[in-house]
Amino acid sequence: MSLNPQHKEPIISIRDVKKSFGDYDVLRGADLDLYEGENLVVLGRSGTGKSVLIKIISGLLLQDSGTVKVLGKDVTNLSPKDLLELRLNVGFSFQNSALYDSMTVRKNLEFPLVRNRRNLTKAEVNNAVESVLDAVGLLQTINQMPSELSGGQRKRIGIARTLILKPKIMLYDEPTAGLDPITCIEINNLINEVKERYHTSSIIITHDLTCAKETGDRIAMLLDGQFQRVGSFKEVFDTDDERVKPFYDYNFTQ
Amino acid sequence: MFLEIYRVHIFVMKFFKEFLFPPYEGKEVLRQCYQVGYRSLALISLTGFITGIVFAKQSRPSLAEFGATSWLPSLVGIALLRTLAPLLTGLISAGKVGSSIGAELGSMKVTEQIDAMEVSATNPYKFLVITRVLATTITIPILTFYTALVGLLGGFLNVTLAESTSFSAYLQTALDSITFLDITASTLKAIVFGFTIGMVGCYQGYNSSKGTEGVGKAANSAVVIGMFLIFIEEVIATQITFLFRT
Repeated sequence: MSLNPQHKEPIISIRDVKKSFGDYDVLRGADLDLYEGENLVVLGRSGTGKSVLIKIISGLLLQDSGTVKVLGKDVTNLSPKDLLELRLNVGFSFQNSALYDSMTVRKNLEFPLVRNRRNLTKAEVNNAVESVLDAVGLLQTINQMPSELSGGQRKRIGIARTLILKPKIMLYDEPTAGLDPITCIEINNLINEVKERYHTSSIIITHDLTCAKETGDRIAMLLDGQFQRVGSFKEVFDTDDERVKPFYDYNFTQ
Repeated sequence: MFLEIYRVHIFVMKFFKEFLFPPYEGKEVLRQCYQVGYRSLALISLTGFITGIVFAKQSRPSLAEFGATSWLPSLVGIALLRTLAPLLTGLISAGKVGSSIGAELGSMKVTEQIDAMEVSATNPYKFLVITRVLATTITIPILTFYTALVGLLGGFLNVTLAESTSFSAYLQTALDSITFLDITASTLKAIVFGFTIGMVGCYQGYNSSKGTEGVGKAANSAVVIGMFLIFIEEVIATQITFLFRT
């Protein structure tokens, strides 16, 4: 289980990251690398710090110790201006989609675009919005409010809103949580399409093994606050480790 | 306690650090100004009008004892402009607008919409806080003068029913006694009230947590703290104005 299977410089590098909430140590020295062009799935039980990890990567949370480098920059030591610039390259798809509920789908998508590409004309903004909505297959919802969308549609629009800035890295937080099996398959396919079409590298946080198997080039299993098993799906689950086996059994043998 | 004061200090100072610098959210400020004015207008009209009527009616017997009912328009005008209008407008806005801002931002916080703005390389403080605080700071002084005007109309209703005075004569007497200091002090007071209402609402909403319970708490705290601060500011402003008057 090589940590660097592609012998390239990682675009995200996490070293000895620790994070506690009160007396509860969530991350206890996590090490992880993401390489260009790959989908890396982070698996783990609820409450093991998967979401905390990607919030640290995007600068929403600060780790207690350790380093997090994204595209060669140490996230912890960036100025607010540099952090904003870095975030243009890092898309974040939230578990609950986090759509702006007082805005239409169009306004949701325009919001980050018009604030970060101020030289765009109205026509260019419209084109960008329609193109990205087309990519997620929801062009017909352009004038709808988020409250009028289904859970799967909201997830797709959330992904579209991050894609509109054409990020190099995508962070997906539980992309299939709370969705029916058919919609899960659609979201898994969308994640793979995004990788192909937008040439993104992604970290996908999930505890859905089907999602992990379908979308992940590599799997990283977070156990006791550390990444103890990293590799292909087969490598990670080809084990007698009692902390890992029930995970697989529950998803694939029941 | 001290940590909370420090957090409030940082939150308020951020406003002064950022509101002058681009990018500007002019359209959103205008939209918020409309929201603040529109949300409070009906209640302010009713309260202002009734306050004018009641104040004139309650003051009449006392003035009549001294044969000074002709001073009633002046009394109504001074009372409304110096204290009643700014205070009423401030308190009503703290209830209507402050709670609304607290709940809206609180809801955005717990549903990660504020985080979503942040990770999409947008400054949520600029879009959510600065626009709302500017809107309340601009709109509440305007609403204050509107309240004073509506209150004067209420007072006129009482005066004209008792003495058949013309509106122009009533207005002339009421305005004659109002000084430049009264107008300046009221305007500054309303600006401070507006800033306070916006800032308290935004702070409570922006820092809310614990799900829907946190949203309710943010809305409630925005009203309670907003009203409390307005009363304190009123006392301080009155003391300072009296220093200039003497």
